[in-house]
Amino acid sequence: MTTYLKQFKFIFFALALSFNCYGATIAISPSDDPYSEIQEALILAQPGDVIHITEGIYKLEDSLSLDVKNVILEGEGIDKTILSFKNQKSGAQGLFVTSDGVILRDFAVEDAKGDAIKVKGVDGISFIRVRTEWTEGPSSDNGAYGLYPVESKNVLIDSCVAIGASDAGIYVGQSENIIVKNSRAEFNVAGIEIENSYYADVFDNYAANNTGGILIFDLPDIPQQGGHHVRVFRNKSINNNTDNFAPEGNIVGEVPRGTGIIVQANSHVEIFNNDIGDNETINIAIVTYGYETEDKNYYPHPKAVQIHGNRFGKSGYNPDLKTGDLAKVLYELSDGNMPDIFWDGIVPLHQILLGQPDEDKIILGDNGEASFLTINGLKYILPFFDPIERDYEKFRGVIKPLLPVKFSD
Amino acid sequence: MISFKKILFALTFTLCSFNIAFADVNDSIIQNSEVAKKLSDYGFFEDLVSQSPSKEVLPYDLISPLFSDYADKLRFIYIPSKGFAEYRPDKVFDFPEGTVLIKTFAYLNEYPGSDLDQQLLETRLLIKKSNQWENVSYVWNKEQNDAFLTIAGKTISTQFINNNGDIQDVRYRVPNINQCKECHQSEKSIQPIGPKARNLDKDFVYEDGVMNQLMKWHKQGWIKKDIKVEAMVDWTNDLASIDNRARSYLDINCGHCHVKGGSADTTGLYLDFKENREIHLGLFKKPIAAGRASNNLKYSIVPGDPESSILLFRMKSLDPGIMMPESGRALEHKEAVRLISKWIKNL
Repeated sequence: MTTYLKQFKFIFFALALSFNCYGATIAISPSDDPYSEIQEALILAQPGDVIHITEGIYKLEDSLSLDVKNVILEGEGIDKTILSFKNQKSGAQGLFVTSDGVILRDFAVEDAKGDAIKVKGVDGISFIRVRTEWTEGPSSDNGAYGLYPVESKNVLIDSCVAIGASDAGIYVGQSENIIVKNSRAEFNVAGIEIENSYYADVFDNYAANNTGGILIFDLPDIPQQGGHHVRVFRNKSINNNTDNFAPEGNIVGEVPRGTGIIVQANSHVEIFNNDIGDNETINIAIVTYGYETEDKNYYPHPKAVQIHGNRFGKSGYNPDLKTGDLAKVLYELSDGNMPDIFWDGIVPLHQILLGQPDEDKIILGDNGEASFLTINGLKYILPFFDPIERDYEKFRGVIKPLLPVKFSD
Repeated sequence: MISFKKILFALTFTLCSFNIAFADVNDSIIQNSEVAKKLSDYGFFEDLVSQSPSKEVLPYDLISPLFSDYADKLRFIYIPSKGFAEYRPDKVFDFPEGTVLIKTFAYLNEYPGSDLDQQLLETRLLIKKSNQWENVSYVWNKEQNDAFLTIAGKTISTQFINNNGDIQDVRYRVPNINQCKECHQSEKSIQPIGPKARNLDKDFVYEDGVMNQLMKWHKQGWIKKDIKVEAMVDWTNDLASIDNRARSYLDINCGHCHVKGGSADTTGLYLDFKENREIHLGLFKKPIAAGRASNNLKYSIVPGDPESSILLFRMKSLDPGIMMPESGRALEHKEAVRLISKWIKNL
C-alpha cells in the first residue's frame, strides 16, 4: 500500500514538474476566504502559469492585483465565474493588472466600487469573454470604467460584455495598437471609448442603450495625446437613448442622450460599414474639444475623418437639449431639422481664412440617404451669410483606407 | 563544587555571548533569494518586543511622514559595514547592496491614561539585493512576540486611542506585495519613498545624544559630508507657511504616485514638491478618469473654494471607489483635511 502511495506521489510529482515546464495550473474554488486564496495565487504565480477559478460567486472585500508576466487568469464562463465586489471595502478597482502579456478570460467582475478591471502600463493584454457589470442598472454611483486598459501597448478586447459603467463600459486610454471586437456594451454612459490613443480597430461590436455608443476622444493636459488612426467598422451603434448618468465634471457628462458616434479632436479616423440608428439626438458628430486649454502641445480640432458605407437609421427625432452644448447648438442651427452626420466646422483661424489643407479635410463617401450639416467658419464670422452648410456633395471625396492594426513584437 | 560552578558560569557566559552574536544582523539571510519567514530571523532588533534595534541598526525619522490611519511608525535603517549611499538631489539616496529599510507600524496608544496596550501591527522591509529593492511585510502575531511573512496582505480590525484620547475603531489593511508596489513604483522599478535628504535633515534623539540625522549618517560613514538641501517643512509646524506645509503634505502623501512615471501619472495631476505648473497641480484642472469620485465637481482644485475642489473631497471620502490615496487609508486624516482646505482657500 505504502509503495503504491509512494509511486503515486512520485508520478504526481513528476506530472507537476512536467506541467511546470509549460506553466502550472493553479485551481481555485469557492472557500471561506476567497480573497486571500485568489490574491495569493496572483502573487505567487510564475510566468506561464494558469490561474483557474472554478464556477461560483466569489465575494471579495478588497481589490485584486496581478503583477506577474504572461499569466492566464481564467474562469469557467462569462456568467459562471463571478468576482463580486458588492461589499468592497478597500481598493480603487476590482482587478488591477500591471504586468505584460496577461490573458484574462471567461469570468465576470461585478459591482466594483471604482473601476472594474484596470490594466496599466503593460505591453500585451487580452480580455477574452470577460464581463464587467454593475448589476443594479445605470446609476451615477456605479464605477467609472468596466474594461480599462491605459498607457498600454498591444491591447486585445474580444467577445467581452460591459454593462452599467458611469463613464465608459470599454475604455482604452493613452494606449497604442488596440483591437476591440465582437463585444457588447450596454447601459453605460459611453459604450466604447478610445481616448488619447494611437492605432485602434473597433469592429463587429454591439453598442446599444448607452448614452453615446462609440466615442473617439482626445483630451489635453495628460501624458499621451494627439489620438490618431482609429478605424470604426461593422459595428452596430443603435438605440443609445439612456439618459446621461455620468457624475458631473467628467468629460462624458457632456454627451447628450441619443448619440451614435462622436469623434472629438482626433485625426485619421475612418468610420465605415456600421449600422447606426435609432439614436434620439445624432448618429455621428465630429467636434472640437470645447474648453479652453493652455496646453501648447494639444490640437483641439478633429481632422482627416472619413465616413463611408454606413447604414443610417433615424436620428435627431428627440434630441437631449439638457445635457452639454452639442444637442442644443445643433438643434438651434438646424432649426430642428437634425442631420445624420454633423461636423462643427471649427478650424484654426488661419484655416478659416485660407482653407483647410486637403489632407486634413473631412471626407464623406457613400452613406445611403444620410444627411449632413456643418458650419462654414468664414460665413459665420462675416455678416449677412448663412453659415449653415448642408451640401453633402461638397464634402464627397476619395476614401483613402487606413491600414489594419497590427500588434508589434 | 566551586570549580563546577565556575564551569557552569563560564558555559552560561559563552552561551550568552553566542546569543549576543546571534542578535547581530544576519547578512546572509538578507541576501538569501528567498525571504525569511519571520522578522526575528534577521536580527535587526536586540529586543523585538520593545523594538530596540541592534547596534548596527539606526533609528531614523522623517520631517513629514505618510499618513497611515494614525498608525505610529518606527523607522530603522541597516547598511552593511563599509556600505556607502550616494546622494542624489531630489531623490532617495542610492543605497548600497544589502541595505534594509525597516518600518514598524503600530498603535502605541501612549495617550495619558490610555486603556489600550501598545499594538504592533506589521513591519515592512525594503531590501536592496541584486541592485533592486524588494518589498516584504511581516504581520505581528497575537502574542506580539514576533512577526510573520504575509504575502496577500491582511485585514486587522482593531482599536486605538486617537488624539482626543477616545477609542477609535479601524479596519487596518496590511497591503499585499502588489499594493506596496503601487506606491513604491517609479518607472517600473521599486524605490523607497521617505529617505530623501530633504526629508531627513532634522535632529534626532539618539541613545548617545541629539544630532542632525544627515550628520549622524555621515559619522556612520554612510553618506558624504555637508549635503546642502532645502529641508522639507513639517506639515504640522504652525510656524511654517501654509503653502509649504500643504505642498510638503501633498508631496509625501500623494507625490510618489502623482508624478511622472508614478502609478497615477495617467491623470496629469502631479503633486510632488517640485511641480509648479498650475494646471498639473490641479488648479482648474478637469478630471480625466475620476468617474463618480468627481462628486459632480468640475475641477481638482478651485482656488479659494475648497468645498468645490475634487482633491479635498477625495481626501475626506472613505468610499474605496472615491478615496485618495487609493490604498493605505481607512480613516479621514482630519488634521490634514483642515490644512489642505485652508491652503485651497488661500490660493
